[in-house]
Amino acid sequence: MYKFLLCWRYLKARWIALASIVSVTLGVATMIVVNAVMSGFQHEMHVRLKGILADVIIESRSFEGLPDPEAHLALIRRHVGQEVESATVSVHVPAMLSFQVGGRWITRPVTLIGIDPATCASTCRFAEYLQHPANRSRVSFQLHEGGYYTRDPEGGEKAGVRRGMDLAGWPWRRWRARQRLSAAQGTSPLEGQAKKPQGNEQSSSRDLVHLELSAAQLRQSGTSAQAAAALYESLLKQMGYRLVEKQISPQGDLELLAAPGVGGADEQSLPQDPFAAAGQQEQKTFDPAREQYTGCILGMAIASVRRSDGSEDFLLLPGDDVKLTLPTAGTPPKAVTETFTVVDFYASKMSEYDANFVFVPIDKLQELRGMLDPETGTRYVSSIQLKLRDPSKAAQVRDRLRKVFSSTYYVVQTWRDRQGPLLAAVQMETAILNVLLFLIIAVAGFGILAIFFMIVVEKTRDIGILKALGAHSTGVLGVFLGYGLSLGMVGAGAGLALGLLFVHYLNQIADGLGRLTGHRVFDPSIYYFYEIPTLVDVWTVAWIVLGALAIAVLASVWPATRAARLRVVEALRYE
Amino acid sequence: MNEQAIPAQGHPLLEARGVHKAYRRGAHRVEVLRGVDLAVVPGEFVAVVGQSGSGKSTLLHLLGTLDVPDQGQILFRGRRVDNVSARTRDRLRNASIGMVFQFYHLLPELTLLENVLCPWMIRYGPWAYWRRRRELESHARELLARLGLGHRLYHRPKELSGGEMQRGAIARALITQPELLLADEPTGNLDSRTGGEILRLLASLHREQGLTIVMVTHDPQVAAAADRVVQLQDGRVLAADQPAAMRAAG
Repeated sequence: MYKFLLCWRYLKARWIALASIVSVTLGVATMIVVNAVMSGFQHEMHVRLKGILADVIIESRSFEGLPDPEAHLALIRRHVGQEVESATVSVHVPAMLSFQVGGRWITRPVTLIGIDPATCASTCRFAEYLQHPANRSRVSFQLHEGGYYTRDPEGGEKAGVRRGMDLAGWPWRRWRARQRLSAAQGTSPLEGQAKKPQGNEQSSSRDLVHLELSAAQLRQSGTSAQAAAALYESLLKQMGYRLVEKQISPQGDLELLAAPGVGGADEQSLPQDPFAAAGQQEQKTFDPAREQYTGCILGMAIASVRRSDGSEDFLLLPGDDVKLTLPTAGTPPKAVTETFTVVDFYASKMSEYDANFVFVPIDKLQELRGMLDPETGTRYVSSIQLKLRDPSKAAQVRDRLRKVFSSTYYVVQTWRDRQGPLLAAVQMETAILNVLLFLIIAVAGFGILAIFFMIVVEKTRDIGILKALGAHSTGVLGVFLGYGLSLGMVGAGAGLALGLLFVHYLNQIADGLGRLTGHRVFDPSIYYFYEIPTLVDVWTVAWIVLGALAIAVLASVWPATRAARLRVVEALRYE
Repeated sequence: MNEQAIPAQGHPLLEARGVHKAYRRGAHRVEVLRGVDLAVVPGEFVAVVGQSGSGKSTLLHLLGTLDVPDQGQILFRGRRVDNVSARTRDRLRNASIGMVFQFYHLLPELTLLENVLCPWMIRYGPWAYWRRRRELESHARELLARLGLGHRLYHRPKELSGGEMQRGAIARALITQPELLLADEPTGNLDSRTGGEILRLLASLHREQGLTIVMVTHDPQVAAAADRVVQLQDGRVLAADQPAAMRAAG
């Protein structure tokens, strides 16, 4: 009984014990926070590394690809059919991307990937990285009228502005088409008043143009509200907008609301547009203001420049045309060039992918490269991607497929095999960090040991008294082991609470620190995510707490044995 | 065997036979006790007097089974207790021997009441103690009240005066109703008035309850409170045991 009473009283009364409690608390809290942040980063990294890769990938060693994917899929289904949830095919080919910025051509090497929009979304994480909401639910290579994300939807409030993205889509394409046309004719399209549709400043929403002109402004420019309204109305119409609302207040303030002209409204307004008509006359076969080339989806980093505040500037917007030069499948390969229209961006936040990948429809790519046998109609693909019902069985499925597909012609890999070196590097980093953290905890353990020795020395007399009253050595051992355990429990409990709280409010704390020091703790432009990612694993936390308890008890074993072995007579003589 | 060591009246409660004890101080071996014989019969109040360093505290520790002699035997109720297991000696100490020290040796973290209950807590496990706690606590309160400490139950030792602490220590020694009380300089740290009070308390316990007391002191005046005085010098009993009647007469 006295063991418990004494443990409790020692815990309450000895201030020096607070030092060891604090050291356990800090150790546990640190371990929890660091592990949560590390697994958070690792999780994000895994998601990103996997990117567009499916669970298992079967590739052809030949540049021409593997013929007749349907036959291959049938073979796959026969062997591992019950494991496969869905499959898709793709064509990968290195290519050159050329586009015009400010009248100059820019050319970049890219990896061109032909995908099947119907099956790709269900097999790989592709659709969720696209920058138009409609494309996320159903991948399409058609240009949208508008509605592209003007901020990173994953970024929340912290996401930087994407300058110009509010214009992307058909309005941008129409405006560019007119600009090019007028440049060719040597006149200004809007009689010197050509303005980009001002989205950021004047539109209240993405699709609407909202103009507000006060009576004072109108007086300064020497026009009446009526005249200004008529002028802006015609300008907006020419830019492909239709007037939704016009208001002139009694004070003379003008307010205009215009929406992008869609359907009938657009058709009505365009014939009145002399320049559009001129365009039709000149290019009877293709009207860039109304038609698009085959769509392509660009990696976001190809088209944009990211600033340190997280905002982005664009060299290209959805609606622009680009040229792609790619090698044909024949031997030797010949270069073919084709014009595509950018319809969307792909932003996986894995810079290696975002700066390299250009996606086009697979049938178009097969046509261009001649991966189509004209006699039999057999198509060629470079790889078959499989999504498994249970992703953890990837290695098993890979091994079974390797027996079916000879390694002479095929490369069968899991996505982990593909990203092997990087994953191994991360693994090693984690291991080293854990060793270092363990050293920190060991330091705390030695702190406890030292403090415990002090307590034992301090309590020598009390130990003698207890023994004189008939307490056995094991009882005294129990007092001090129990003391160590209760110190560990209080410390680990406090550390657990502190660590979890810290993890929960980590981003607020980081922001607060940033405000306090004027130096940003976590810079979103480095990692492409806006908040410090955290992931609390229950088992990791449990192990940390158990480990701390074990260390507290182990550190008290030696002092406790010493206390138990103390000779009563000497302990009592101590004064 | 020293026949003289055994007084005439009845079987001795506690007996030391030819006890030797030496300590190592660095390279030196210090012989503290060199063949001490002592017998205490039930109901006796014996004072062991000697200069400091005469080995009287060591003798008391040996008698209280806190230490074992190098040679010789310690007998409690005629049974050897120096060669039994540590656990048996712990149990004996807890059940049958109460001890009082010069520096009171109360546990500073516990209240006076908890200090007094300590021997019970040591004897019983948590469950057994919990079941009997009312009974034990009321017993302790009663005892403390009898010793004039009824108003100090929840005070910590540092809030008590020296006399109060020593009375508390006596209460702790008596709580398990032992047959033997060993006191090591019980007045050594007190002024003469408080020391006198403590001595009167011991004497009355001896007289009224027939408690057997062995007290160690360097002060002959303190020793005078006892029935019988044993002189210890250079590790040997100097003055032969005197029966109480003889001492009173001479």
